[in-house]
Amino acid sequence: MDPASLGLKCGLEIHQQLDTHKLFCEDPSDRSEGVVAEFRRRLRPTQSELGEVDAAVMEEAKRKLAFVYQATGNACLVEADEEPPHPCNEDALDTVLLAAMMLNATIVEEIHFMRKIVIDGSNTTGFQRSALVAVDGSFELDGKRYGVPTILLEEDAARKIEERDGDIVYRLDRLGVPLIEVATTPDITSPDDAAKVALRIGSLLRATRRVKRGIGTIREDVNVSVARGARTETKGVQDLRMMATFVEKEASRQTALADCTDELRKRGITAIDDGIVDLTDLVREAKSSVLRNAIAAGGTVLGVRLPGFRGLLRGKLGPELAAHARVAGVGGILHSDELPGHGITEEEVQRIAQRMAVEGHDGFALVADAETRGREALEEVVERARAALAGVTAETRDPRPDGTTVYSRPLPGRARMYPETDVPPIRVTRERLDRLRAILPEMPETRLKRIVTAYTIPRQQATQLLEDGLDGEFESIVKETGEAQVTANALTYQFSEIRREGLDVDALPLERLRELFRLYHRGAFAKEAIPQVLRHMVRESTDASAAVTALGLGTMRDADVDAVLDEIVAAHEAMIRERGEAALGPLMGVAMERLRGKVDGRVLNEKLRKRLAAR
Amino acid sequence: MAEYPARVKDALAAAGASVGDRVRVAGARAYEGVVMPHTEFSGADILVVKLDNGYNVGIPVAQITAIELREKKRAAAIARGLPPPTPGKPTIGVLGTGGTIASFVDYRTGAVHPAATAEELVFSVPELLDVANVRARMIYSVYSENLAPKNWEVLAAEAAKELQAGAEAVIIPHGTDTLHYTSAALAFMLRDLTGPVILVGSQRSSDRPSSDAAFNLICAARLAGENLGEVVSCMHHETGDTACDVLRATKVRKMHSSRRDAFKPINAKRLGTVHADGRVTWEESATPRSKGPVRVEEGLDPDVALVYFHPGLTPKRFEGITHGCHGVVIAGTGLGHVSDDLMPVIRKTAADGVTVLMTTQCLNGRVGLRVYDKGRDLLAAGVVPGEDMLPEVALVKLMWVLARTKDPVEIRELLATNLAGEINPAITLDEYVF
Repeated sequence: MDPASLGLKCGLEIHQQLDTHKLFCEDPSDRSEGVVAEFRRRLRPTQSELGEVDAAVMEEAKRKLAFVYQATGNACLVEADEEPPHPCNEDALDTVLLAAMMLNATIVEEIHFMRKIVIDGSNTTGFQRSALVAVDGSFELDGKRYGVPTILLEEDAARKIEERDGDIVYRLDRLGVPLIEVATTPDITSPDDAAKVALRIGSLLRATRRVKRGIGTIREDVNVSVARGARTETKGVQDLRMMATFVEKEASRQTALADCTDELRKRGITAIDDGIVDLTDLVREAKSSVLRNAIAAGGTVLGVRLPGFRGLLRGKLGPELAAHARVAGVGGILHSDELPGHGITEEEVQRIAQRMAVEGHDGFALVADAETRGREALEEVVERARAALAGVTAETRDPRPDGTTVYSRPLPGRARMYPETDVPPIRVTRERLDRLRAILPEMPETRLKRIVTAYTIPRQQATQLLEDGLDGEFESIVKETGEAQVTANALTYQFSEIRREGLDVDALPLERLRELFRLYHRGAFAKEAIPQVLRHMVRESTDASAAVTALGLGTMRDADVDAVLDEIVAAHEAMIRERGEAALGPLMGVAMERLRGKVDGRVLNEKLRKRLAAR
Repeated sequence: MAEYPARVKDALAAAGASVGDRVRVAGARAYEGVVMPHTEFSGADILVVKLDNGYNVGIPVAQITAIELREKKRAAAIARGLPPPTPGKPTIGVLGTGGTIASFVDYRTGAVHPAATAEELVFSVPELLDVANVRARMIYSVYSENLAPKNWEVLAAEAAKELQAGAEAVIIPHGTDTLHYTSAALAFMLRDLTGPVILVGSQRSSDRPSSDAAFNLICAARLAGENLGEVVSCMHHETGDTACDVLRATKVRKMHSSRRDAFKPINAKRLGTVHADGRVTWEESATPRSKGPVRVEEGLDPDVALVYFHPGLTPKRFEGITHGCHGVVIAGTGLGHVSDDLMPVIRKTAADGVTVLMTTQCLNGRVGLRVYDKGRDLLAAGVVPGEDMLPEVALVKLMWVLARTKDPVEIRELLATNLAGEINPAITLDEYVF
């Protein structure tokens, strides 16, 4: 893919949780598994005098969902929407003001909280409280300037746990956690730059030392368009390492859909009828379990003709039509590009096509469900298919773990914002800004230079420490122990490896990390044991000394080490005779297996070498 | 919605701009957007503008070099009329009183304001039209703490008029703070009801997606089909949207400052439940519909005071509050007690012919003036025991009684008589809210 020729434009909105109590009450902002109560509510679109309702809000309302909320120990009446919000958390605002200064932004004189209507249930109120704190910021990266038009302070949404019998279950532990949102101008022109910009803003925010770390504490909304496409916003990308993939796949998707539109035009398609046809009698005998189950449950099989769509459905428009059908509550659709298949025979396809007058380039879509729901689903399908005649649609999309995305709802308009009258506006005083200016953190590039010089670690490692937001931890540990290289290796290479195993090593508190390196520095265990100890600390959420004890680590007396090595050498007599000094490698492997973490690898190597040389 | 303080107002006037207009505000940083109304907590020198991204920002006048008017506010919304009645649906008379139950968002300015007309009232909860044919009238547009006894009399007359005109039920959307005073007053004044008079409040205003107004109103509308002929309240049973409690007007009280399920039955069971699916179940025998005609026994003596006793309350303060009153309700401690210090002034008040009615600030339970010496002293002083009446209900009842008679014997008799379900002669173990 050549991003330049596609006219790729990308902008990011970075949401980072702040490390303070909640934004509008005094509850701590930790994750919590202890559910103390459950309640079930509905949300409805609100009316204006003109009966105007925001498009995104209206579509959520169509889903007519009910929500179950699980209250946790860190959720009070405020999160339950049973008590008005308390005044804004001033520490959280200070953090956003610091970030705004670091981004050279203009700070708003009087900050007003707004209610941003969101009725997907993720906010018990049906709106997210959000305030514009600063405008017109910017930063430079690789010699290019990126604008930051807005910096917001807002509350995080509730955490979705599961879907249960048509209800969406949310947990209130995350609701109300303060977030900073930094939005960039759409000046990013390649997938790789998107990843770099995200990392850059991430390290800038972490430089404030007042943000949370670990999985789920930073989330990005990714706005992408190509010249022949339209702006889409993928909400809540959590893994920064996937950023480039998301941008690339979205650009490809838009290009493929633009090609579809061109092809539909070439085929002379200008309109799509809503003629929904009942096909139940044709497929009563079908082997397809989807169809059979729906019919058995009293449902019907409905179809609609999609003129000119043949060959444009599979992997292109098909997933889009299906996602729109799901808005009406059906599980999905079957389309002509995937039939015969799914237990539907060629003959059945022929009969269906005949009934719907499908010919030539035409395609069709089927839904098997309760009749009303099925009809609503196909109406959504037709509406989406018509939009494809005009081109790529602007919309909000949800990220999937493989870097692809799926339609979620229309882009919201500004109709959904109104003032949060329960929270008083905040005047940003000169005194406050002066106080914050005095504690403004070091900018990442200054810090990078200083760390490289002061601790003599490779620049690449220092860069990674900053990007991962572990530079503060690094300095704190090394000031205490002087173990710069060992600490740098652990926090970069070993952390990466542990992350890849799916362990949330970033959630380890600094105090525990400091203890770990203190123990190492005192010789409580060998450096090879560090990854093992880290893994144990994450898995068992325990401190370093407990991990060391549980793993049976602890350095051995020299005589005991010698005894084990003599035993190993004796057991491998034959191999040593055969290979001579080349036996060192395999012997080292055996020795490490028995003594890892108890003896430094270098010491073992030296002792074994001596033994081989002596023979 | 407050007016802008002078400095901001002048700056706007100089530009020929007012709230709702689109302006460009020049200064250190230029902002373009719609002029928002002033809010009380905003600075006196701050102009609030809604930007195109939907956010409001406050700009100090001192930093503004010029305000340029870009576009005048568009004409006001076209008024929408109520649809014609659908046959087969019950007719409900809706009497608006104001309060947070019905409010709107103006999406241009983003400001919220309460419904000013009956149509706005209904359209703030359009779901109501799915359940019933609605005839709406705006009687008052005030916060409920501003409603006074004379307003209760008007509401009683209007409710009777609706029922007489054939409504199957009357719904009175009402602010929650004093809803239980109004409900008690209507219960004492309205007789031979041909249908229910239902007070409905909401704890989250209807401009919010999470508002309880729609659910409460729809549940209330379901009662139009029931054989119910008394004044009740109908609001959330619990924090979730699962059911509404139907509560007797004289036994209901707001027991939480903010929760949806704030209204609870005190010294009583709930009468019935309206479930989310529209079913109505009855737990107690409610008064059935009368054949009519509906009578209004109006008249309330407003010169009645409610005194909340507390340790340290001096006779002088007691006198200050009760001076010139025809009746005094005391919310005493426990079984209905006050300090020794107050005994002389209470004796004197009663001797002067002022009715003194004792209730308990425990709310739950009955006063018992024969248990301790203090109670016996109070009885000897002429204090009337208020049984298990809520202090607020006792207040309203005393207003109603004093408007009928000034004869001490008749007053005592009426106060001791259960007129509208306000006295529960036998409180059972399950009739306790805590």
